[in-house]
Amino acid sequence: MNEQQTLFDFMRQQSDKLAAQTLQHIGLTFISLFLAVLIGLPLGILITRQRKLSGPVLGVAGVLQTIPSIALLGFMIPVLGIGAKPAIVALLLYALLPIIRNTFTGITGVDPAVKEAAVAMGMSRWQVLFKVELPLAMPVIFAGIRTATVITVGVATLASYIAAGGLGEFIFGGISLNNTNMILAGAIPAALLAILFDFLLSRLQKLNIQKLKTTTATLPLFLLLFSSFYFIPSAYGGKLTAGFTPEFMGRQDGNLGLQSKYKLKIHTIVISDAVMYKAAYENQLDVISGYSTDGRLEAYNLVVLKDDKGIFPPYYAAPVVRDDALKKFPELESTLNVLSGKINDSVMTALNYRTDYLHQSPEKVAKDFLIKISLWKPARNGNMGIVRIGSKIFGEQYILASMYSMLIKGYTDYDVATKTGLGGTKICFDALTNNQIDFYPEYTGTGLLAILKPSSKTIDSLTLSKDKTYNYVQREFKKIYNIKWLKPIGFNNAYALMMRKKQANDLNIKTISNLKRYLESK
Amino acid sequence: MIKVEHLSKHFGKIKAVDDISFEVKEHENLILLGTSGCGKTTTLKMINRLIEPTHGKIFIDDKNIQEQPPEILRRGIGYVLQNNGLFPHYTVAENIAVVPQLLKWDKKRIERRVSELLEKLHLSPDCLHVYPAELSGGQQQRVGLARALVADPAVLLMDEPFGALDNVTRSKIHAEFNALDELKRKTIIMVTHDVQEAFELGNHICLMDKGKIIQDGTPAELLFNPANDFVCDFLNEQRLQLEFKTIKLNDIWQWLPLLQKENKAKSLSADTDLWSGLEQFKFTLSETIAIHHGNSETKSASFEQLMAAFYHYKKQQAHE
Repeated sequence: MNEQQTLFDFMRQQSDKLAAQTLQHIGLTFISLFLAVLIGLPLGILITRQRKLSGPVLGVAGVLQTIPSIALLGFMIPVLGIGAKPAIVALLLYALLPIIRNTFTGITGVDPAVKEAAVAMGMSRWQVLFKVELPLAMPVIFAGIRTATVITVGVATLASYIAAGGLGEFIFGGISLNNTNMILAGAIPAALLAILFDFLLSRLQKLNIQKLKTTTATLPLFLLLFSSFYFIPSAYGGKLTAGFTPEFMGRQDGNLGLQSKYKLKIHTIVISDAVMYKAAYENQLDVISGYSTDGRLEAYNLVVLKDDKGIFPPYYAAPVVRDDALKKFPELESTLNVLSGKINDSVMTALNYRTDYLHQSPEKVAKDFLIKISLWKPARNGNMGIVRIGSKIFGEQYILASMYSMLIKGYTDYDVATKTGLGGTKICFDALTNNQIDFYPEYTGTGLLAILKPSSKTIDSLTLSKDKTYNYVQREFKKIYNIKWLKPIGFNNAYALMMRKKQANDLNIKTISNLKRYLESK
Repeated sequence: MIKVEHLSKHFGKIKAVDDISFEVKEHENLILLGTSGCGKTTTLKMINRLIEPTHGKIFIDDKNIQEQPPEILRRGIGYVLQNNGLFPHYTVAENIAVVPQLLKWDKKRIERRVSELLEKLHLSPDCLHVYPAELSGGQQQRVGLARALVADPAVLLMDEPFGALDNVTRSKIHAEFNALDELKRKTIIMVTHDVQEAFELGNHICLMDKGKIIQDGTPAELLFNPANDFVCDFLNEQRLQLEFKTIKLNDIWQWLPLLQKENKAKSLSADTDLWSGLEQFKFTLSETIAIHHGNSETKSASFEQLMAAFYHYKKQQAHE
């Protein structure tokens, strides 16, 4: 009951957004549907005339249908970029099969005697098509459009991945933030839309043939009307366009902080992390939310804007180690601290670039770097016990785990077991507290916000300062979990706003405050 | 009126129609008779170019139909299909008005013509605004006929038009068909596999088999001068009934006794066929029926006398 209430509250709070997303969703659905009918119907008719083509055409449409929707959206990006265009194309490709197939089936299903009569009466080919075949096939064609509509309403939720908007913004934002109300605020309207449109079209289908004539004429108008909904919410624009991940959109140390602390007002679209950097590189987005040490920063020539009001808490990386492991392996702490202060943001970015973008193995990147800064020593092949290293499931953590592994083997007589790729923070941290691993690299911000979760007041008092945050998590982890934070490695992998280097230079934007001033200037 | 010359239609290696020629005079009822697959329907459909011939020519009113646009040609030829082929999404009125619409008649003229036909075909005006699915099979077939007749084409093609009807409905429609004045002005080509129907409705029959015309003649010629055993066998099963229906009282006139005494019963015309003459005894209590030949001569006959005359006639035919 309580949750119902809060869902309702959430929807009321976000009613503007909800309405905009619903309109976008309907618009997206019907633009795609309209185009799909525009293409599918003639194509369906064509293959009834050229039967040889029916196999290939239905085959291709069928193959398109089997491509996972998220992959199809992915295929669109290199060709059409991000935003509405690729989403509409992907959606229309999905809607195509039921429309083509039902047009074909509907027309070929018309009683041959009736068709023969029409020809024998002296109707031309077009008259036979429009006066006899299409009207008689209409119920079947409608059924196809109905199927296509329901598919499109569903798949359109994925359009938010490539910044086309729609109810997917709430759904995927909610999933990232583990916010059930947000998920439901997107999922329930999406489901209702599917049910509603299915119902309306089922009514159309049941109308008798006579009334169908007028319905058929009005259908394109309705499709166009619904299509225009898409443009209502996006009517406002701006000088610059920002693309933020769904997670960033909903976080206090993300877009909410940007709005409350900086009063930043920027035309924002929601986009998945996977395509965001590339979209910025291709001038489709101007400002994006990212991670300050992401390798793609270098790959796509982006620059981080300075967080001059400190809304992004510091995410300094440092190994977190079980106390009993430190006792069991006395040389461990000093060995791990060898790396302390050796890697700053730009170095880490460069290393990430090699794994994420150049696809070099983390081991090779780690070894090259250690050799370069003269820390690498050949393995001693000792047997004084096995140190278990964990890591989360992304490139930076793999590199760090490899470095630590090499350092331990080279500097001590311990052997190493690595358990890399332990999913997210929760899995890694649980493995540590349950004595499955001895240590892994963690970030101060994550320790603070995801593990300790103190009151917002405490957070506000800490996040401005890197040292305060570090000291707080070190103290609390020791107290609660008997886990020690060793010295920070040096780099800060925090949330950051980024722009293309050239544009930032041209506009003279170095900080988030600069950005705000530029947006507000005329 | 219609002339078919060396007409052939090959489907791949199969010769569905194999070099046939025939001629249909104006206002004649030609029946293309034969078993399934003999090529009769293919022949029919080549006349309104639903099927294009492989070889040969067809002339209607001395005009080669290949030289006319098919749509225009078809609008001038009525066409009745076995399963009526009515448009399920059109009302009866709209169905009948299809060709006039294509010919761009004005609305008044169409309405007038449609209601005229309804009356002639014994369809109630209530039918006008219902859909074909709501009609009985017999009514649907009448609407199909009305649709073919509406623009008053000179030529009417009928593809097993009564094949889907039950026997009772069929014989009723046969009677109406023979009585319908509109049809008397038409040159009709009808396809059927039903020998009875062919003899009842046709005055010229082409019996076809394996794409060829086996015999082309009047019903009496087929019956009494079969070209070969095939024709003979084809008709044998129903021979007696066919003969009764084909022979007119006129043909057996010479063997009928002169009127003995004044007969009160209604006298029959000598044009009546023997079958109808015999049927009279079902309705009349008297022993004899009167038959008049024009205005001049009147004869009377009992059932036995009619049968005896028929027997004489047959004997004479056999000797010829």
